[in-house]
Amino acid sequence: MSPAQWDLPPELCCRPMAFVALTGLDVVYNAVHRAIWDAFCANRRADRVPISFKVLPGDHEYPKCRTKRTSYEWYIPKGILKTGWMNKHLNLVPALVVLFYELDWDEPQWKEKQSECATKVEIVRTSLQGRNTKVAVVLIQKKTPLPPGEDVMASERAAALCNACDLSGKSLFVLPHTDHLVGYIIRLENAFYEHAQTYYYTEIRRVKSHKEFLNKTTHQLLFVRHQFKTAFFSELKQDTQNALKYYRAAYSLIHELRTHETNILEIKTMAGFINYKICRLCFQHNTPLDAIAQFRKHIDLCKKKIGSAELAFEHAAWMSKQFQYFGDLFDEAIKLGLTAIQTQNPGFYYQQAAHYAQERKRLAFQLCGGPEANLGYPAPDPLETPTGILDFYGQRAWRQGHQISTCFKLVSQELIIALLSNAVAQFKKYKCPRMKSRLMVQMGEEYYHTKDYAKALKLLDYVMCDYRTERWWGLLTSILGTALRCSYLMAQVKDYVSYSMELVGRASMLREDQKSRIQKNVAKVLKNEPPEAEPDCDPSAVKAAQALWNERGSQASGEDLILEVQDSVPFVQCKARFLHPSFHLDVPVQLHVFLLTDSPHPVRFSKLCVSLSNQDYNQYCVVDSLGQAPAQEDMCLVPGRTHRYSFRFVARPEDVGKKIEITGVDLMLGSENGRCIFLNWRGGGGDAASSHEALQATRSFKRRGRLPENEVDWDTVSIQASTMIISRVPRISVQLHHEPPALNNEMYCMMVTIQSHEDIVARDLKLTAGLKPGQDANLSHTTHVTLDGSKMCDDSHRALLPDIPMGDLQPQEKPLSIRCSTTGPRIFLVHVAYTVDTCIEGRDIVCKCHKFEHLEHVFVDVPFLLMTDILSMSPWPLHLVTSELQLAPTMAAVDQPASQVEEVVLQTGESASECFCLTCPPVHHGTTGVASGQYVMSWKRKSANATIPVVNTVITLPHVAVETIPLYVHADLPSFGRVRESLPVKYHIQNRTAIVQEVEMSVEPSDAFMFSGLKQVRLRILPGTEQDMLYNFYPLMAGYQMLPLLNINLLRLPAVSGQLLRRFLPSLQSIYVPQYKPVYITQVAACRVSFYY
Amino acid sequence: MMTMLGGEPFLLVSKQEQQNYPLYIRSVPSDSELKFHYTVHTSLDVVEEKVSAVGKVIVDQRELYLGLLYPTEDYKVYGYVTNSKVKFVIVVDSSNTSLRDNEIRSMFRKLHNSFTDVMCNPFYNPGDPIQSKVFDSMVSSMMVQTC
Repeated sequence: MSPAQWDLPPELCCRPMAFVALTGLDVVYNAVHRAIWDAFCANRRADRVPISFKVLPGDHEYPKCRTKRTSYEWYIPKGILKTGWMNKHLNLVPALVVLFYELDWDEPQWKEKQSECATKVEIVRTSLQGRNTKVAVVLIQKKTPLPPGEDVMASERAAALCNACDLSGKSLFVLPHTDHLVGYIIRLENAFYEHAQTYYYTEIRRVKSHKEFLNKTTHQLLFVRHQFKTAFFSELKQDTQNALKYYRAAYSLIHELRTHETNILEIKTMAGFINYKICRLCFQHNTPLDAIAQFRKHIDLCKKKIGSAELAFEHAAWMSKQFQYFGDLFDEAIKLGLTAIQTQNPGFYYQQAAHYAQERKRLAFQLCGGPEANLGYPAPDPLETPTGILDFYGQRAWRQGHQISTCFKLVSQELIIALLSNAVAQFKKYKCPRMKSRLMVQMGEEYYHTKDYAKALKLLDYVMCDYRTERWWGLLTSILGTALRCSYLMAQVKDYVSYSMELVGRASMLREDQKSRIQKNVAKVLKNEPPEAEPDCDPSAVKAAQALWNERGSQASGEDLILEVQDSVPFVQCKARFLHPSFHLDVPVQLHVFLLTDSPHPVRFSKLCVSLSNQDYNQYCVVDSLGQAPAQEDMCLVPGRTHRYSFRFVARPEDVGKKIEITGVDLMLGSENGRCIFLNWRGGGGDAASSHEALQATRSFKRRGRLPENEVDWDTVSIQASTMIISRVPRISVQLHHEPPALNNEMYCMMVTIQSHEDIVARDLKLTAGLKPGQDANLSHTTHVTLDGSKMCDDSHRALLPDIPMGDLQPQEKPLSIRCSTTGPRIFLVHVAYTVDTCIEGRDIVCKCHKFEHLEHVFVDVPFLLMTDILSMSPWPLHLVTSELQLAPTMAAVDQPASQVEEVVLQTGESASECFCLTCPPVHHGTTGVASGQYVMSWKRKSANATIPVVNTVITLPHVAVETIPLYVHADLPSFGRVRESLPVKYHIQNRTAIVQEVEMSVEPSDAFMFSGLKQVRLRILPGTEQDMLYNFYPLMAGYQMLPLLNINLLRLPAVSGQLLRRFLPSLQSIYVPQYKPVYITQVAACRVSFYY
Repeated sequence: MMTMLGGEPFLLVSKQEQQNYPLYIRSVPSDSELKFHYTVHTSLDVVEEKVSAVGKVIVDQRELYLGLLYPTEDYKVYGYVTNSKVKFVIVVDSSNTSLRDNEIRSMFRKLHNSFTDVMCNPFYNPGDPIQSKVFDSMVSSMMVQTC
């Protein structure tokens, strides 16, 4: 039984195409014939008709047609389908034989040539005796033919030739050998295709006609055979729809056959063939769901047809192939544009194929009693047949009884692995990472069985971390078990120990006794002894492994193995923490390492060391049997108890401001005279499972049992892998007494008090005080600092006074005066430096002071008021000594302006106002603004003593805009009105120009008022005179109401709009709640002086 | 596999997207228990895909039952996801035709109710493996029923 036994025959898997034989072509020696042949077979793209061509000699012997049976009465079929049948119709029996013959119409020796041609046709006909195969003749001509009907000789001779060869006119073709060869060939091809179609059509009819002779009892096999044949001919005819129909009929017929031991294999084989065809056609018709449904049906029907129990392995092999072929078909369809989905992709079929292949192996082993019992393949091969080929598909070459002896040496692991890796590729494509991992585990296990341990380990190692991060401990344990066996059999010490440690640890689901066994094995490895064999290992492999271990033991003494345990879940857990996130330089840095083991037996270690980012400290963080000689029990980790190891060291001054980090923790197991294994944790410990455990522990409400003194609960320990070294805290107090904010130009006093709390004398005290450097450059020009507060300081004083010597340390005070000539925040720096022993310490205190001011601007007309508001925003009472208004020449005061705020004290938030009545003399045209002058205030802090000078603050008043107007309008009206009581309003219109003005006035209607008076009027006003207009308004609504709009138009000066004039008029009138009476139009120049810090 | 006629309910939880560790696994005792663990683990591929697809389409139409995840040769795997993204998976023998969609749905509902009770226990720390006698007996009764 060859491994290819279950491979589908190639004639089944190919696409059936009409077979056309070409004869009379000498493709070797004749260049013309060669060109014709090439045109037929080269560049057959999809748009050419599906024909397979073959060049055959003219006297080729076609397969003989057996004599037609006239009756099926005594005929008992021996099988379903002959093995040669498909090949015969694909490659041996042509649908059409084409005879190529060189003959021009004007051939001089026409008679001879004609009879020669007729003879050749006759020869072909004879060899096709009994077949329906068509014959056609192609005349190869040198001349281009004339259009039909014009060449009389041609049509005559053609008729004669047809007659001589007994051909219909449709079967005679002319092929002019000219430039357009390919074009002619394509036309010929299409004609051949039609002939072939007719041939296959008659064949289908012929096969169908047998049906009436069949009976259901003896000819069941023939029903299937005939359906299959019709389907196959339909495929040759390219009628895939009907082919699919016939195949389906054949498929249902085949399951109606009676099955018994002898024919079950044949039935399964043929069912597999037909199923393959159906699925293939379904995919071709783009109905993948039909294909899948058919395949499911097929599997469900055939799953149970195992046959004899001893042949179960054969059934499994067959099942495996079925899945594999379907997977291949599916995958091919996808390559042609089908889209698969996550839950329906070829991967599943490859996976099942692999599953059955494994099943086959298992059954075969069972049958033989294990691979060792392989008896060798018997010779002569009982499966050989004299011809090498069986008559029918799926039949056995032997009679029942002497067949099952071997067949297993061919059980191929490669097949299983190939199927699995196919499936892996598919699942990777369809986003199934877990499925992929699982298949990789299976592959690993398969490699393990083939004793390819290195590959197995590689695969298992790859997926292990997926299962670890997903926290599927049960699965991880099983994978680790296989990996451990692999590493044992290869005697890989490092891997062996690392898998063992994880299997002993808390993530493992193994039973306690198994853990105990593994831990003992680890102990042996540490003593450089070979460990005991893992259970379920192949005994012969174990023997080899033991030899390997002994070898390892002899050669490798004192070798150090470093295991990175951060990413696994080892049996020892580690957490390291600095006691504080920062340490002062004068305090020793303290560091704890906690260890916990969850193995069944205590773990003894010989060294524990911590590596820090500054390696100089590493020497202080070691526990070993030599150095500090800790008690023996300290070196032994008791399962379930948290062990704490404390370290302390003094940080170096150069590390001030730096971070010290734990870069790793190493735990040495074993001893120098055996084997040393270092467990290395990067950073402050923890492993693949610990972060989740810590999270769960913080969430837990569980009350932790009370622990004895000096023991810690593991869950409460957190990792603190780094600490800061910070400078010593200076024990000196610096206090600043001052009353912020500092006011502009003031001599601001700041008292600095320094007091030492040092145990010993602080020497060389130095004070630096002043503006903090690094601020805006302008600030340092406008800020002056002095120690002498009795005089105003000026530009000669500096902004920062460095290193004022203060001598030894008595508590002392130092007054400091600061004058700022501009506003804005300033940061001052007071820096005290002193020396104590050898430590130099400093201290910064930052004080802030701000100032700032704010002005508004206005504009002017007629007589107007200038108002100044002084608002104290100083948090301290201010004493206003006096104030003065210094007017510019463009302004004139109406009366004598005297200060109205002399000797006033303003508390925080209080304001003082002054009001001056001013006029603006006429100005030249074109002047848009005039200067108004300056306002000078003299003030000081109320609390300031008499020696502090008075501060003069000068404020420049804003420029005001000046306008000249031709007409001045103002109104007389009561301060309020009452609803439904008349409200008399008098408008005064004054002409201010030197000419007579014509004025048009109108009052617009309003919802809020009824009124009497001139609604629309035109009048003239003489120069310098005034016209009064009286209106009686009658309010209808309460509240602030808009007065009816007064429109004024100057006909002479259209540029002066009513809007400008209306600005002088009150537009709002309060009804009932009167508050507002702006009779004269007053422009107020307000100047607000705001002080605040 | 004739012993595997019952349903094999498995419970899983996920706190974040990537957390899919088992909170509770139970199966009819058999040799192939490990195989079931693998089956459940691989089914999470489909669960995750479905859950992320639900998030994309309509959020308010919360259907917790995910239906048949994928058919294997011998088993049917069904999935269910609570609003807090706790996943339930049930694996049943494919030859068990008495279990149709409705039966599976009601099994999931029962599981969900029972799981809610577990979560309501103030002494249960969410995320820890479920160790509850009530839950155990509910699952057992469900497995007996399906046999």
